[in-house]
Amino acid sequence: MKLPLIGGGRVLAPLEESAFAALMGFFFGGILLVVLGYNPILTYYYMFYGGLGSLSNVTDMLGNAAPLILTALTFAVGVRAGLFNIGAEGQVYVGAGGAIYASYYFLPAGIHLGFALVLAGAAGALMAVPTYLLKAYRGVNEVITTIMLNWTAYFGVLWVAIVLLADPARPEKTISVAPTSRFPDFLLGSVSTSALLFAIAVAAAFYVYLWLTPSGYELRSVGLNPEAARFSGINPRKPLLSALLLGGASAGLAGAVQVAGRTTPFALYTGLSNVLNYGYNGIGVALIGRNHPLGIIVAGLFFGTLQAGFSTVQLYARVPFEIIQVIEGIIIFTVAAPELYRRFRGSLKK
Amino acid sequence: MSLDFSIVGAISVTGLNLMVPIALTAIGEVFGEKAGVVNIGLEGTILTGAWSAVYFSWLAQSPWVGLLGGALTGTFFGALHGYVAIWLKGDQIISGVGINIFALGFVPFAIQAVWGVQGSFAKCSVCGVPEISTPWSPLSYFVPLTIVVAVGFWYLLNRTRYGSITKATGENPEAADAVGINVERVRFLAVMIGATLAGLSGAFLSIDYTGGITKDISAGRGFIALATVVFAGWKPMLALAGGLLFGFAQEVSSFATTLPAIGHTFPSVDYIFSALPYVVTLIVVATAVGRSRFPKALGTPYRRE
Repeated sequence: MKLPLIGGGRVLAPLEESAFAALMGFFFGGILLVVLGYNPILTYYYMFYGGLGSLSNVTDMLGNAAPLILTALTFAVGVRAGLFNIGAEGQVYVGAGGAIYASYYFLPAGIHLGFALVLAGAAGALMAVPTYLLKAYRGVNEVITTIMLNWTAYFGVLWVAIVLLADPARPEKTISVAPTSRFPDFLLGSVSTSALLFAIAVAAAFYVYLWLTPSGYELRSVGLNPEAARFSGINPRKPLLSALLLGGASAGLAGAVQVAGRTTPFALYTGLSNVLNYGYNGIGVALIGRNHPLGIIVAGLFFGTLQAGFSTVQLYARVPFEIIQVIEGIIIFTVAAPELYRRFRGSLKK
Repeated sequence: MSLDFSIVGAISVTGLNLMVPIALTAIGEVFGEKAGVVNIGLEGTILTGAWSAVYFSWLAQSPWVGLLGGALTGTFFGALHGYVAIWLKGDQIISGVGINIFALGFVPFAIQAVWGVQGSFAKCSVCGVPEISTPWSPLSYFVPLTIVVAVGFWYLLNRTRYGSITKATGENPEAADAVGINVERVRFLAVMIGATLAGLSGAFLSIDYTGGITKDISAGRGFIALATVVFAGWKPMLALAGGLLFGFAQEVSSFATTLPAIGHTFPSVDYIFSALPYVVTLIVVATAVGRSRFPKALGTPYRRE
């Protein structure tokens, strides 16, 4: 059986396009840094050094990669079904809330983590239900629905964090996730390593589902050619539901990973600050990873490195860490137009 | 009952002010979508427009330069989006999301880079334009301006030849091309005009409405505007009405949180009220979409055969 790891035609074309987009992001990000009075070389040096320079940096990088891989899967499974699902952001919030809520129960280690993950995944999937209903029965574009749900989830989880999950001793955070429902220290003395392995396992499961099951085949058929899929007797609502629920569950798990699989907080902080933007950043990870689970793992590690570097960047180069998001925006913008790269190649050949 | 009356008055004035950013952005997007191009990047355009309006006001010590700067920032992002979506035949949705994520990073980055503060810059003494005084609270000149813009775009789309040409590029670009219309140019102009109004909405939010910039000043308004376009069935006057509806939803929800009776009964209920405008948007769109008719070529690049 031929595994669809690489696109047809020119084998390296998608890789080249992704690399080109990343270079464009760093190039224009660098110009912006110069314009605003920063040193881009130093910034980029610390960005990578901060991600890979020491053992604690590496585990931090792995910890960043895990939620990004999971939210990227949300977006990617949507694209494979012809959807533009940007609801991962809000689903991360409710997933984190669900994983923390599980700590009110007393269960043995292992089972407790499983229970927390189920709650988180279910919460994320539940957040996707309105998107399905509005799209399938009212024809509302999922971009609008998911953004409105992201904001609703933001305020909803802020509320739940205060009325249900508040830590009476420390007003700036919710209760901490119980030690029995945290990810185990797997390698390098960090919970991040097992969280990352978990994310990779979920990515593998998405791969198996999408390319090795009949249901996954239907999903991809609808995404590739909705008309042809309809003629071959596929009910378009079923793949739509699968893509949204699976994506929601994956983003919910990203929220769980963020509160149960990171070294420090094990809780939600004021303003949900430690779970913000993972959903939106996952879009960039998915696009760079070509919406393929394998590519997403690589791109997730790449963006995880950049994010792990931000504390170093802020400390030594004194550059606000949001520059990473600026670069990511430019990368996504470049991905939108493969033609840009073709013209660039063409101009090189002349 | 004079107290109640003053509350109603204050809510109405603020509701009208809050109509402005959503309605202006939505009217611009109606024009762009009539030409067949979707701009998901409106949220980011409003946000960057708001930032650059403060930046240019601060730089030139004039709010008018700031307003112009905000609007032109919109034009710039419209041109970028149009270049990818129209000339390069790229993916309009991805390009728009790129603009949004860029803005999400750029605005807090630039606030800190320029003013050395985190998250928000409020000490902009020149950020403010004259407002219409009312017995309750000041009404922005942007309110009548927005109404004029709505009427203007209604006239442009329905009563002029250029309006027909624009609509043709969104309905049937092949036919438009066949009768000698430069589809790309018409679409490009429409996208730039639409994004300019989004940039101006951002400038209104920072210069007129708040007198400063915070990193989340747009607060989903670009997406609410996109929903409004659908709700309004691509009609400028209904987009104005949609903006009014969502403006009032925002004002009522923020007003409700200040009521002591509600605040004391439920803890932290202001968060629930803050979610209200977004829930209202969902409900309204869910009831409206079924009967709206999309421009036929919406979202697809035009390739000459």
